[in-house]
Amino acid sequence: MEALVASAIGILIAGAVYLLLYGRAYEFMLALLLLARAANLFVFSMGGIVLGSLPILGEPEGRYPDPLPQAFVLTAIVINFGITTFVIALAVRACLQLGTDRIEAFDDRSDPR
Amino acid sequence: MQLLLILVLPFLGALFTPLVGRAAGRVGCTLAATAAPAASLILLLRHAAQVRSGEVIVVSWSWVPGFGLDLALRLDGLSFLFALLVLAIGLLVLIYSHGYLGERDPLGRFLGLMLGFMGGMLGIVLAENLLLLVLFWEITSLSSFLLIGFHHREAAARRAALMALTVTGAGGLALLGGVLLLGGAAGGFAVTEVLGAQGRIATDPLRVPMLLLIVLAAFTKSAQLPLHFWLPNAMIAPTPVSAYLHSAAMVKAGVYLLARLWPALSGLELWMPVIGGFGLATMIGAAYLALRQSDIKALLAYSTISHLGMMVMLLGLGTPYAAVVALFHILNHALFKAALFMLGGAVEHATGTRDLERLGGLWRLMPATSAAALLATAAMAGVPPLNGYISKEMMLQAALEPSMHGAAATLTLQLVTLGALLSAGYAFAFAWRAFLAPGPATPHEPHEPRLPLSLPAYVLAAACLAIGLFPGALAGPLVDAAVGAVVTGAPPHYELALWHGLNPPFLLGLGALAGGVVVATVRARLASVPARLPRAEHAFDRLYDGLVVGVGALFGRLHDRSLQRYLAILLVAIVLAGVLASPGTAAGSAVQPVTWLAVVGWAILVAAAAGTVWMHERRLVAVVLISVVGLLVVLTYAHLSAPDLALTQIAVEIVTTVLLLLAIRLLPPPEARPRPRLARRLRDGALALGAGAGAGVLAFAAMTRPREAIVARDVLAEATELHGRNLVHLVLVDFRAFDTLGEIGVLMIAALGVFALIQGFLRWLGDQRPLRRMVQPERARDQHPLLFVIAARLLLPLALLVAAFLFLRGAAHPGGGFVAGLVVAMAVLIQYMAHGVEWTERRILIGYRNSVAVGVLVAVLTGIGSIVRGDPFMTHKSTAMHWPVFGELELSTVLLFDFGVFLTVAGATLLALVNIGRIETRAPRVG
Repeated sequence: MEALVASAIGILIAGAVYLLLYGRAYEFMLALLLLARAANLFVFSMGGIVLGSLPILGEPEGRYPDPLPQAFVLTAIVINFGITTFVIALAVRACLQLGTDRIEAFDDRSDPR
Repeated sequence: MQLLLILVLPFLGALFTPLVGRAAGRVGCTLAATAAPAASLILLLRHAAQVRSGEVIVVSWSWVPGFGLDLALRLDGLSFLFALLVLAIGLLVLIYSHGYLGERDPLGRFLGLMLGFMGGMLGIVLAENLLLLVLFWEITSLSSFLLIGFHHREAAARRAALMALTVTGAGGLALLGGVLLLGGAAGGFAVTEVLGAQGRIATDPLRVPMLLLIVLAAFTKSAQLPLHFWLPNAMIAPTPVSAYLHSAAMVKAGVYLLARLWPALSGLELWMPVIGGFGLATMIGAAYLALRQSDIKALLAYSTISHLGMMVMLLGLGTPYAAVVALFHILNHALFKAALFMLGGAVEHATGTRDLERLGGLWRLMPATSAAALLATAAMAGVPPLNGYISKEMMLQAALEPSMHGAAATLTLQLVTLGALLSAGYAFAFAWRAFLAPGPATPHEPHEPRLPLSLPAYVLAAACLAIGLFPGALAGPLVDAAVGAVVTGAPPHYELALWHGLNPPFLLGLGALAGGVVVATVRARLASVPARLPRAEHAFDRLYDGLVVGVGALFGRLHDRSLQRYLAILLVAIVLAGVLASPGTAAGSAVQPVTWLAVVGWAILVAAAAGTVWMHERRLVAVVLISVVGLLVVLTYAHLSAPDLALTQIAVEIVTTVLLLLAIRLLPPPEARPRPRLARRLRDGALALGAGAGAGVLAFAAMTRPREAIVARDVLAEATELHGRNLVHLVLVDFRAFDTLGEIGVLMIAALGVFALIQGFLRWLGDQRPLRRMVQPERARDQHPLLFVIAARLLLPLALLVAAFLFLRGAAHPGGGFVAGLVVAMAVLIQYMAHGVEWTERRILIGYRNSVAVGVLVAVLTGIGSIVRGDPFMTHKSTAMHWPVFGELELSTVLLFDFGVFLTVAGATLLALVNIGRIETRAPRVG
């Protein structure tokens, strides 16, 4: 099971990296989403893999999953969401205002030099 | 308690004066500003008897005990002397400022800054805890920066302010280092502890760097050669600033530090050569430089440096008698120098210039000002019967009985006499050039200044004379008390008197005065040799520019503006981390068995992720595929015992998908371009696979490493106390509530960022006509299909109910404020989609920004509420209650906090999405 989760994280990261290097606004958004999920899964997995239980007191199963990484990831999901929203707004504005979706071009045109 | 009040009052004044200034006009503003130091002064004087009897008043509150930082204040003779100077001269300077600043200058802001500085200075001299002293030291550096750069539109003022901040700020860092070492050596940061630990300090292995750091700090603040250059530059500040900071207050902070630590450090072997040596060099060097100046303020600045050098030198001699003289001279110098600065400013006001080449004969034109100025100048020169004369005679006496022997002692005496001679020289030359000698017509017709501009200086000049005539009666108690605080052993024999008899110091003093007359007469020739001097400020400028350029070059190398380059650096780090982690995988903990369900899910996830990458150019398909990835992640959380995460993630998924769809509609079509070359794609692919493999290995290693569950016993204990059962929710709202607070803060900032971005964009759009074709043509013929509209209306109350349900059950079951907030956001969002922006906006009664603000406020106030109850920040209280329908439910502050989270999440999500959606409605439709 651990190997499955780890390989899934790896594959998501690989996809995200490829899309990031592509250097276009839309691909950048996709990459960010993939990366965020991979990172969250990664942090989540730090607590170890527990099947068929709940982090809720009084559940019949003896072994609780670690609630701390879960709480971290819950926070991370929400922050990721905020950041994603901001980046998408930024990308949309930049693309519309500059008339291109090449990320490198954003920098060239705004640079006063 | 009264000590704290003395310290706090100026800060309060600093806060309120600018406000009063706006409402009550100039006079009201000045009255308000003077109220605080006047009250502090009265409070201080009430302690005079106690201090005189040798009592040391210490009050202390624990602040950050982990760092050894206490809010601890101390009032002894030394603190009293300095606090008195800071408050009394500060009061006079505030009155003077009223006369000095023009009608158009922001008087309230100026006086507020001066009061802020005064508070910082009081903090330095009243601090019992040395770390607290460092803190106030920094406050004076900062407020001095603001005051020197008061006319911030002038480049020269900004440069001088930056220079002063850089030098004194560097000194502040040195002080922190020195104090940390000193505290380590003495075993504590309290002044009382440090002063009682001479023995341990003297044998501490780090005593040399400690002493050098502290001395460096003192030298930057008190402008000792070669770190003096910021002070003459700082003369660009308004004259009240110079009269206060650069005569009586800030520049004395270094002297205060040396005097404060004198009992503990003066026994160190480096003390006398370093402090005595630099002090002596500064005294003579700056006196010579003062001779070369034609600008009144520059002359006074160099004179200040020279006198500071004298005080430092006296402290550096290390004998108790010399320390007595230093303390006495601190008082004297503050009096005559503040008076001179004020009178210099008055002269500039009256004549329109402060250039000595263009001044002269003021004795006839401004007799009262001139009389006061001549009195203060005579005190500066050391002419009897003024206060400066007495401390100068005592200085010569101190130099006659130094702690060293032989040639060094003789040389010291000669140099000290030379310093006294030069001091008299520039003072006489100043008096002659400005007031006595005939001069050219000044830019303005001179006149006597108005009362606020002159009276403070008259008071100070009169004090110079009074102390000169009756030193024992007037200054005696003050100096005695200060000596008692500095000299720990038996106090040396000294007598503050005008006439000590026909003895060597008297004769040396007379000689110095006579020499001074000679120096003054040949000043012009002396001043021109050598024609050019190396200037320390140029070295500073070069160093500063060099640093800026150097750092810029370094960062230019690291950040060469290629996004791909940064990524590559990060990726290599990930790969390396994976490689480093791989050996640890073998010694794993028990591995969970693979389930068929998991394998199927894994396969779909991999396929969807690969598909997203493969078909990213078909944007709509990519949205669908990446949503599949998201859903699989949701299922993973659900499968791996994390129901809360699954709930939150699925809510985020839905909102994100809506967001992506919006983005697709708005983004311009991909710029026509050749596909990246094969080599580039292969490189990217290799990097991606490397990073993926690194991350995967790292994750596997981390998951299988032997570990104990981090489920802290603390969490379980909290859980029983708060009757909560959902541990994740509990961690969020209680155990790590501070994180959650930060998180909703981030969400708030992100949403406001989106708001600002889009509003700015819409404004920009408004200016762009004719508009380019920005948005892809409409595809749907029916914008608001009837079926969707009806369904959406039915959905809203249901969704709100679900949100309420999720919110309330958070304590015991999966759910909570996050999810509830997202559900509400979705429900509202659907209304936007079904009905359009305008229809919905008309029916939304609460502004999203308000919702966000109220949410964060509720969360913060809940946290603060626990402080009011006396618990640490964010401690929750709860009582179990039986509610109808829901059953057993917590009524606790947890719920209140979570409600804040709920409001913030809902508001921020809607604020961001609705704003992005707005682009489209304002953007033109083509086709």
